[in-house]
Amino acid sequence: MAIKVLQPGLATTVQDLGRPGYYHLGIPVSGGMDLYSLQAANALVGNAADAAVLEATFLGPELEFTADAVVAVTGADLPPKVDGDAREGWSSFAVKSGQVLSFEYLKAGARAYIAVSGGIDVPVVLGSRSTYALGALGGFKGRTLQAGDVIDVGGGGQAAAGRSLAAGLRRPIGTPVELRVLEGIYWHRLTEAAGTGFFADTWKVAPEADRIGYRFRGGNKLAFVDREAPFGAGSDPSNIVDGCYPYGSIQVPGGTEPIVLHRDAVSGGGYFMLGTVISADMDLIGQLQPHMETRFVSVDMDQALAARAERNVLIGQMQEALI
Amino acid sequence: MKTRYSFGGDEHIFVEVDEEMSLEAFFKSLSITSAVRESNFDGVTEICPANASMQVKFDPDRIKPNDLLAELKKLEAAAENTEAVLDTRVIEIPVYYNDPWTNETLMRFRERHQDPNATDLEFAARINNFDSVDSFIAAHAGSPWFVSMVGFVAGLPFLYQMVERQRQIEVPKYLSPRTDTPKLTVGYGGCFSCIYSVRGAGGYQMFGITPMPIYDPEQQINYLRDFMIFFEPGDIVKFKPVDRDGYDAALAEVEANRYEPLVRPVRFSLADFNKDADAYNKTLQEALDGN
Repeated sequence: MAIKVLQPGLATTVQDLGRPGYYHLGIPVSGGMDLYSLQAANALVGNAADAAVLEATFLGPELEFTADAVVAVTGADLPPKVDGDAREGWSSFAVKSGQVLSFEYLKAGARAYIAVSGGIDVPVVLGSRSTYALGALGGFKGRTLQAGDVIDVGGGGQAAAGRSLAAGLRRPIGTPVELRVLEGIYWHRLTEAAGTGFFADTWKVAPEADRIGYRFRGGNKLAFVDREAPFGAGSDPSNIVDGCYPYGSIQVPGGTEPIVLHRDAVSGGGYFMLGTVISADMDLIGQLQPHMETRFVSVDMDQALAARAERNVLIGQMQEALI
Repeated sequence: MKTRYSFGGDEHIFVEVDEEMSLEAFFKSLSITSAVRESNFDGVTEICPANASMQVKFDPDRIKPNDLLAELKKLEAAAENTEAVLDTRVIEIPVYYNDPWTNETLMRFRERHQDPNATDLEFAARINNFDSVDSFIAAHAGSPWFVSMVGFVAGLPFLYQMVERQRQIEVPKYLSPRTDTPKLTVGYGGCFSCIYSVRGAGGYQMFGITPMPIYDPEQQINYLRDFMIFFEPGDIVKFKPVDRDGYDAALAEVEANRYEPLVRPVRFSLADFNKDADAYNKTLQEALDGN
């Protein structure tokens, strides 16, 4: 079967769990920005956790189905409709051949995950179906969807409609948001007052927020410890000799606007990083809208690992609930 | 050189070999990288060398952060005693310096540049004390370069020139990044040259363009059929200036899918290089010339 794209939405891409193993050549992991919701959508329609889905950003697409399918929409509160009739999010529902799946306007969050029983079937590139648009790699022709595209769906999906994930296992999107950060990497470049101020200030998501990274503004400019610039680093106090950028790392070019790198990260560059958002909070970033208030909270490694374990338990419970 | 370790969240360890750039720091980071690869640690998912640092990504559900940190420190001690010798390849990359396409682009972004009344090449030549753009180009193309890192975007090489520190070219990045850079632009920022693998944003000064594609996600180009990315850290590059005719001729070969990059295997020894850089670089040129 196939899906015809009538309207593409704002930035809809094919994503799965990602493409690890090529970051040393500048190819980022890609995959869903909110992997919890991506996995829940797959579980609801009976797909394997690593099946490919559509990730819709801010505005939903309009999709015509050429065969019967079971669909689930999770993540952002982007209410789905079938031929104009409302359907529940975080639940599986049937779409008949010839019917059109569309969406209401976004109510909360940023990215919705649209899973179709059988999974989106695009060629596997370097082990994944995820789209890396900057490198024109993977997904559907290496890009966001356009009107007129026809996307294949895999066979073998045999899920029942009418399944629903318990409210306690859905991820609510609250505001203001707190992102937990492990200080490090080039934290020592900041003055003590700047380090304290970074966590004390309230920041707002800037309009420049995409799969590569999220920019924040509104906090005070960060001051640096004086130094003689190391050879090759560049003269700005926020420069380093170009190095690798961890996923979730927070760089602050010129000390003004923090940028948190996400799943389509540039793999390296010449800006210092003050620390890294912990792995358990990366999904949350994928659901942030521009202008949302955000605070950064300092945690240590034990707290980071405890948060990760908590998330793993939640994923286990979600999958258990949908077996 | 004092190696510094830091956790990048709960999934990365960042290893800074040195704050400043040098071939010694690059070799040590490459050597730690190889040692980590050979160790095949369960739970390590990405091993990334950079110019004077490296990074490991891991799954803390499979290997504890502190355990991996202790292993890396052991490997560093061993890497210190490794002889800096590398079996690699030297590659000739044709460059059309001062070309019309990067010139057209740089003129569109003059307000973001340190010197709006000069081109990027004129600016770089002046602040590095060259008497002309031609003598600057001669220096850029005159000595070979190490690919010291591949990244930023897919397949983009960072290149560090194989000359003494006092002969290194240094230029600042644009005051504010451009939103456009032609594909295959040869750029420069800090002490690094680069080749933009894709069209897009960029902050490096623009010096020229190569006709030779270095990234092909479709894997249609004959020399990128096996893998979509041409460069890897440790490659040695020699730029060869070509004029418009040379560029057009090479481009025609690329478009007919007949272009074959000039590549020769070499064994690089840092100790031999440090004895006499210019003499050593001559042997690399001879390897390219087939002597």
